[in-house]
Amino acid sequence: MGKVDYKVLVGLEIHVQLCTRTKMFCSCALAFGEEPNSRVCPVCLGMPGVLPVMNGQAVEFAALAALALNCQIAGFTKWDRKSYYYPDLPKNYQISQYDLPLAINGHIEIPTQAGSLKKIRIRRAHLEEDAGKNLHTAGNFSQVDLNRAGTPLLEIVTEPDMSSAAEVRALAEELQRIVRYLGVSEADMQKGHMRFEPNVNLVITKDGKQYKTPIVEVKNLNSFRALEKSIEYEIGRQLDEFLEMGVVMEMGNKSTRGWDDAKEVTVLQREKEEAHDYRYFPDPDLVPVQVGEQWLNEIKSRLCEMPSKRRIRYVKEYGLSDYDAGVLTAERATADFFEAAVNAGGEPKRVCNLLTQVGLKLANARACSIAELGPDAEDVAELAKITEAGEISATAANVILEEMVKTGKGPRALAEQLNLIQKSDAGELEGIISEVLQNNPQAVEDFKSGGKKSSKARGFLLGQVMQKTKGRANPGVAAEILDKKLT
Amino acid sequence: MDWPSAKQLRDKIKTGEVGSVTATREVFARIAKAEPIVGAYISTFEEAALDKASEVDRRIAKGESVGQLAGVPIAIKDNMCTTFGTTTCASKILENFQAPYNATAVAKLLAADAVIVGKTNLDEFAMGSSTENSGLKRTANPWDTKRVPGGSSGGSTAAVAAGLCYAALGSDTGGSIRQPASLCGVVGLKPTYGRVSRYGLVAYGSSLDQIGPVTQTVEDCALLMSVIAGYDPADSTSIDEQTAPVGDYLAKLDEPVKELRIGIVPSFNAGADEQVRNAVDEAIKAYGNSGATVLEVDMPHLDYAIAAYYVIATAEASSNLARYDGVHYGHRTQEPNDYIEVYTKSRAEGFGKEVKRRVMLGTYALSSGYYDAYYLKALKVRNLIRGDFVRAFESCDCIMMPVSPTTAFKIGEKIDDPLKMYLSDIYTIAANLAGIPAISVPCGFDNGGLPIGLQILSPAFGEEKLLRIARMYEKQTDWHKKRPLITDE
Repeated sequence: MGKVDYKVLVGLEIHVQLCTRTKMFCSCALAFGEEPNSRVCPVCLGMPGVLPVMNGQAVEFAALAALALNCQIAGFTKWDRKSYYYPDLPKNYQISQYDLPLAINGHIEIPTQAGSLKKIRIRRAHLEEDAGKNLHTAGNFSQVDLNRAGTPLLEIVTEPDMSSAAEVRALAEELQRIVRYLGVSEADMQKGHMRFEPNVNLVITKDGKQYKTPIVEVKNLNSFRALEKSIEYEIGRQLDEFLEMGVVMEMGNKSTRGWDDAKEVTVLQREKEEAHDYRYFPDPDLVPVQVGEQWLNEIKSRLCEMPSKRRIRYVKEYGLSDYDAGVLTAERATADFFEAAVNAGGEPKRVCNLLTQVGLKLANARACSIAELGPDAEDVAELAKITEAGEISATAANVILEEMVKTGKGPRALAEQLNLIQKSDAGELEGIISEVLQNNPQAVEDFKSGGKKSSKARGFLLGQVMQKTKGRANPGVAAEILDKKLT
Repeated sequence: MDWPSAKQLRDKIKTGEVGSVTATREVFARIAKAEPIVGAYISTFEEAALDKASEVDRRIAKGESVGQLAGVPIAIKDNMCTTFGTTTCASKILENFQAPYNATAVAKLLAADAVIVGKTNLDEFAMGSSTENSGLKRTANPWDTKRVPGGSSGGSTAAVAAGLCYAALGSDTGGSIRQPASLCGVVGLKPTYGRVSRYGLVAYGSSLDQIGPVTQTVEDCALLMSVIAGYDPADSTSIDEQTAPVGDYLAKLDEPVKELRIGIVPSFNAGADEQVRNAVDEAIKAYGNSGATVLEVDMPHLDYAIAAYYVIATAEASSNLARYDGVHYGHRTQEPNDYIEVYTKSRAEGFGKEVKRRVMLGTYALSSGYYDAYYLKALKVRNLIRGDFVRAFESCDCIMMPVSPTTAFKIGEKIDDPLKMYLSDIYTIAANLAGIPAISVPCGFDNGGLPIGLQILSPAFGEEKLLRIARMYEKQTDWHKKRPLITDE
């Protein structure tokens, strides 16, 4: 067998559920996990005679997300009916956008492993209403829950610009951060707020000739992990299929496969692409949307720095590790809080440690954002400052931050109250250190013996000093005295 | 037997001269007598109607304020949703359907203290021109019970003609108010698209449908319009007050339009029966005699109206009627083998022949590969027809023509020839395509004693003037005072 080389092509179709107050075309509240068919009205039930009324907030949210994805917003957009029969679709047509979508020609920048950004082109983004859910738990009958019917969805279609499973995951995560940054979606994959349908195929070079494998659309992906795994699996499967049976792309051999999360394989769902005829036509019940410049400018003013850019800036500007920068920029509230604390004089690395080691843990436990914990950015900056000045240890700073959240008191007051101000007084420390040396002759001997044992013994002795001072000894000063005494 | 107009009755009720209970009882007495022959109603609400009537009488006796239609017995076409009774659309698929909400127009009638008599028969889902397509019952023309009342609002027009209510609501997608009004000798107005909320009107052709009054007189028509017209936030296609304020249709109704210019399209009228043509010509002459100028206008695209209409209306209908699938409400087939059969059998059993025909036509017109040739082309024709009217109205205030090419035809005469039936709408369809208002007013009788209607079309949102023009004629003539003999038989 000759040399085989291949390139992966993945494009995504993504549905993002917008977190508007009400549904796309009626005034029912959005709900998750409510009693079936309790969040419905004649409009989203598709009763005879009802008419849809467009939710302006959904259009705003969609435009905001599309702008963040660098899309062009159409000056004129309209609503179309997409016809198909399914029990979870009460009108048997879905109100969507066909030939004049809200947004086109954008791109999203995703972080690569090399630490740079890669542009993935976005073909279009449009608004549509979600369907309900069919439940198959009642024996001979299926039941339909229409709580979700009419929920606003932003459908985003990318070009097939992703060339690995990792890139697909990176895009998915970046998109999640973006829509959360903008506050247009909760983007919880488990709750179906973000649904990804990748289209995967390979371009294989064998013996100097190029072959394309048939495109596979993968469905039923409920987590980032499933998304990544399914593409990894497809790459292997398609390569094998080509090498073993020579299967290549032909007219109409695109297929749909479902991801089996337990077995971690994709399973064939539909062999041939069905010749769907959705009979799209403009919905006569809705008026087209004219996008005005003033309106668009107002939406643009709500844009902010996107997470991937922010992450790179944190590394460059604040000298943070890429990992820490990633953690801090994952949510807008965290990043905003971090920057506020830095702007209030906190040393970035100190602030970063406080937030990543304590703040986020507390916020997660309370299911809130860092900003909602209580202490404001100035308090955290102050805490970082006194740590930086050596007045308290880094360990003590963590304890103090936790107490700040619990009690609402300021950092300095807590440091004093908890007796965490460091002992930097050489005289006092000297006495304690002498005592420690006296009590641990073996360690002193080990230290003097040099080699491996020596540094271990030094560490042990310093630890004893810290223990005696209940952590309040300034480690720098203590080490200096210890070293002097031992040599 | 004779009875007052809705406006006259309203005034008498308000002054206490006549009780609403008395008037309502009289209506139900006429229903008891004539309804077995006419068959105008799918459902009636005698008890609720009398309750409402006595409530109105009581309030008037106490000197409390009452609405514009205080105590007036009114009927509603059975394709408008009501929380009371059923909303059947004269279809087996919705035979037992109870709507969970009131259509906006119905809510407005209720708020105006109308007494709701019942819900009237129609061609199934308003598809037809004779009310013969009703899946639930037959309605006869009160002027000749062997003949059709027209359609699709045939139940409403027959009820008004026979005194089985004082006024009614109809809906008009291609002539469904005006054509049966003409065939039953009553007044029927299709308002400008967007003037009356469509919320709660069961959709047939959404871009064409409009609710409008069916009345004994032009004055009654103005009265009902002042109740039902107006912007509705629940209907995105209804027009807001800033763009086109709702006029006071009654205030200046009796003021004749000065220097009235009437447009006519003689070549287009040639297809109508001679007696219809003559009656319409006489009516136009009457306007001329009282000072109006009559001029010919060029409407080059009118001939294509029917073709365009049957593409657009059926395309929209095929989508609008997709929801009747036996899954969520309405008729469901017994013991289906799978969910596909729930759809196919429920729909096959529930829909009548004409509905199926139109759903098929519309599905075809929207199918990929045919869309451009049919639907898109029809939309272009529609724009050309709109343009014809815009140009015509530069030189005239209104256009007059027949409503229907013939007077009422015999039951069964055209039912097996859909194309012949579709031609019944040749004069009415253009107004729906252009979205403009048009009224049918009685203008005579043929040799067989069957009523003939005059159609007057006006620019969009010109209802106030249109009603004044129609009123000028009504005041000169007695056609609208003639009653069919049915209630005396």
